[in-house]
Amino acid sequence: MPPLTGHTVDGERILLKHGAGGRAMRRLIAETFLTAFATDPPERAGILGLSAMDDGGAVRLGDHWLVVTTDSHVIQPIFFPGGDIGRLAIAGTVNDLAMMGATDVLGLTCSVIIEEGFPRRDLERILTSMRVASVEASASVIAGDTKVMGAGEIDGIVINTTGIGLTRHLIRDAGLQIGDRIVVTGTVGDHGMAVMALRHGLQLDSDLRSDVAPLGALIRAALDASVNGVSAMKDPTRGGVAGALHEMAVKSGVGVVLVHGDLPVRPEVRGVSELVGIDPLFVANEGKALLGVRPGAVREVLAALRAHPLGRDAAVIGVCIPDHTGNVILDTGFGRRLVAEPDGELLPRIC
Amino acid sequence: MCLGVPGLVVRVDELTAVVDFWGVRRRVRLDLVDEPVSVGDYVLNHVGFAIRRIAPDDVEMTLAMYRQLLAEAEGDDLMAADVRSEIKAGAGSEE
Amino acid sequence: MNAPLEFRDPVQARELCGALARATDSVGGGPASVMHVCGSHEQAIAKFGLRAAFPKALNVIMGPGCPVCITDQPEIDEAIALATQGVRIATYGDMVRVPGSAGALADAQAGGAKIDVVYSVAQAVEQARETTEPVVFFATGFETTAVATAAVLLRGVPSNFFILSAHKYIPPVMEIVAEMPGTRVQGFLAAGHAATITGYGVFEPFVERHGLPVVVAGFEPLDILAALVKLVEMIGRGDRTVVNMFPRCVSRDGNANALRQLWEVFQPIGGRWRGIAHVPNGNLRLRDEWAAVDARRQFTIDIASLWRHAPASLVRQCICGNIMAGIASPADCALFGDACVPDTPVGACMVSSEGTCRIWHEYGGVPDLRGASCPL
Repeated sequence: MPPLTGHTVDGERILLKHGAGGRAMRRLIAETFLTAFATDPPERAGILGLSAMDDGGAVRLGDHWLVVTTDSHVIQPIFFPGGDIGRLAIAGTVNDLAMMGATDVLGLTCSVIIEEGFPRRDLERILTSMRVASVEASASVIAGDTKVMGAGEIDGIVINTTGIGLTRHLIRDAGLQIGDRIVVTGTVGDHGMAVMALRHGLQLDSDLRSDVAPLGALIRAALDASVNGVSAMKDPTRGGVAGALHEMAVKSGVGVVLVHGDLPVRPEVRGVSELVGIDPLFVANEGKALLGVRPGAVREVLAALRAHPLGRDAAVIGVCIPDHTGNVILDTGFGRRLVAEPDGELLPRIC
Repeated sequence: MCLGVPGLVVRVDELTAVVDFWGVRRRVRLDLVDEPVSVGDYVLNHVGFAIRRIAPDDVEMTLAMYRQLLAEAEGDDLMAADVRSEIKAGAGSEE
Repeated sequence: MNAPLEFRDPVQARELCGALARATDSVGGGPASVMHVCGSHEQAIAKFGLRAAFPKALNVIMGPGCPVCITDQPEIDEAIALATQGVRIATYGDMVRVPGSAGALADAQAGGAKIDVVYSVAQAVEQARETTEPVVFFATGFETTAVATAAVLLRGVPSNFFILSAHKYIPPVMEIVAEMPGTRVQGFLAAGHAATITGYGVFEPFVERHGLPVVVAGFEPLDILAALVKLVEMIGRGDRTVVNMFPRCVSRDGNANALRQLWEVFQPIGGRWRGIAHVPNGNLRLRDEWAAVDARRQFTIDIASLWRHAPASLVRQCICGNIMAGIASPADCALFGDACVPDTPVGACMVSSEGTCRIWHEYGGVPDLRGASCPL
């Protein structure tokens, strides 16, 4: 067994927290990937590249932007209430494109790495799920790759999807302005809590379901509802609403105040969060989006969202302020406090 | 220390009960409670064990206790206000 | 089920805050200092943003009430040593990232050790039933949690199930804090859930000896605020008693059934709490009758090998002990925010979600957010 040397382990080895979507992951990316892939000279005009660390990259094509994004999916368990790894693989990539404004999906790729011994029936179930999600998203898988690794060399199945889309108007996660309202398209914490309830043997009996869904049409409706009314977008996946808003606040140079009483949270999600001591603001959402909306456009955007089946619970949950830039503040109803930046793997606590 | 979460008992079996926490149900062990638990009681749950039965009346009793506390605290303050205004009136008449 | 939400009514909370401000003013003689000894109290205070609502003249200090924080390095090392020896360890989520002398269980996991996070000790027993290899449950937490460990043992466990007990017992540490030189604590909030088990009678000798009032408090915002109002009023009047402000869960004698099971399985012995020095009767160890399930007696645990790699100098500079005793703040620590941050914690106060240093770091000290402009 190699020696465990406390602090230096972090420096020598990649740990689970580096994939959790929080501070540790961003640091790893900045220190390794950004350094390795930095272009010399820096990115030319007409390219939104890695340094922006947005939901995707983009290349100017005439009066459009071609947006590209990629995601690998390693979720365990692979089948969960409300969805599976296949649905997640399609929705995740379609949603990242939508977050940049590219609701018009040109095509998707699907690359799988399968563990030897994986049941074929499960593979077929996953692919069926992907087909259903693709139809919902009006997107097609047009290229792919298949690999098999030996038993024990990989855990079940890993799916990577890449998507390309077009948009006239590129929306960044750095676009929040003072006075903009923060709108969430529906209830918070559904996916993360549904998965949490399955893990660690919590043995909970509930109707908790993942919210995994492709959001292209919903976002299109919001963008069409007002001209330039949406200033910024991001989907709160790993790291939750807290993580996504932190990034938006830092990149935009504003502070964000969230009002706890305005957060739409399903009672069962609140129940699990109380039981395991994990805040719904920190867990992943796979069928929701955060929008920064100009004050004058809130009414139309909210109406457009709520008219769509995936946006019925859309709500204004916060506002951008000039103070405390880069921070997210929660008004709890009793007082105010900072919302911590998510950090590392979320574990149930007893304490 | 003690992430204790209150939940509503919806079913009791011999050694366990099914408890509802905001619509989520979990089977909870009854080894540690010191009185029998019935459907409709609340129990305090900690790491999968009920550690205390909370009778339905207790919730209202506690809320009443807090209202009383406030009334007493305000009562003190009203008295102080009376005294202050007397002092002020007295001081005014001496000038 | 809405009853608990009534304990979160913001209108009543504001009224209680007003009462707390008035009570604090009437104490006089400089700022008032009270201490709570429960991680869940600190969590609730932080989660509901109550610190921003406390009067400025009131110091609500978090004492050594976080079982994660006070689990000593050698105890963590024992679990890590077993794990690196190839033994399967089950433990509560809180403990996975707490640093021992040389890394945490999470590091052992990254190195290939088998660590399972469980929500209940009963799950660890289930795991042992489903395998033939030994399963050691690394048992942490105060008496509230120790009773669950006792209950599963008394029901019977398979022969491949063992307990490595790092359970702690809270009442003795209040004595230590009360006797610490430099302490300004004028009263204590006692942890409501632990008192559910022990009863509030255990605090009467303490109050007698030290003349400091104790109020037993629950964990909802109204519970905490009401208990603080009561405690500060008692300080102002010079009352020296125990008051139970959590009657829906706490009685004078506690839960006799749970206590019987606790003492049938465990005995209190003196031990070190992380950074706090020796706490007489502060640790709970398995009684001799339970030797067959005691990991310390059934395994040879080699922790010396870990100590060869310990970053000892950093550990020596850690002042978590003083912070937990309320006589220093994170700002007083040379490592805070620099060598010791949530990503690379040196002391347990930085690991636990209730640790004082962690909360200071995450929430930016004790920020006054009242000034933040909000057009909503």
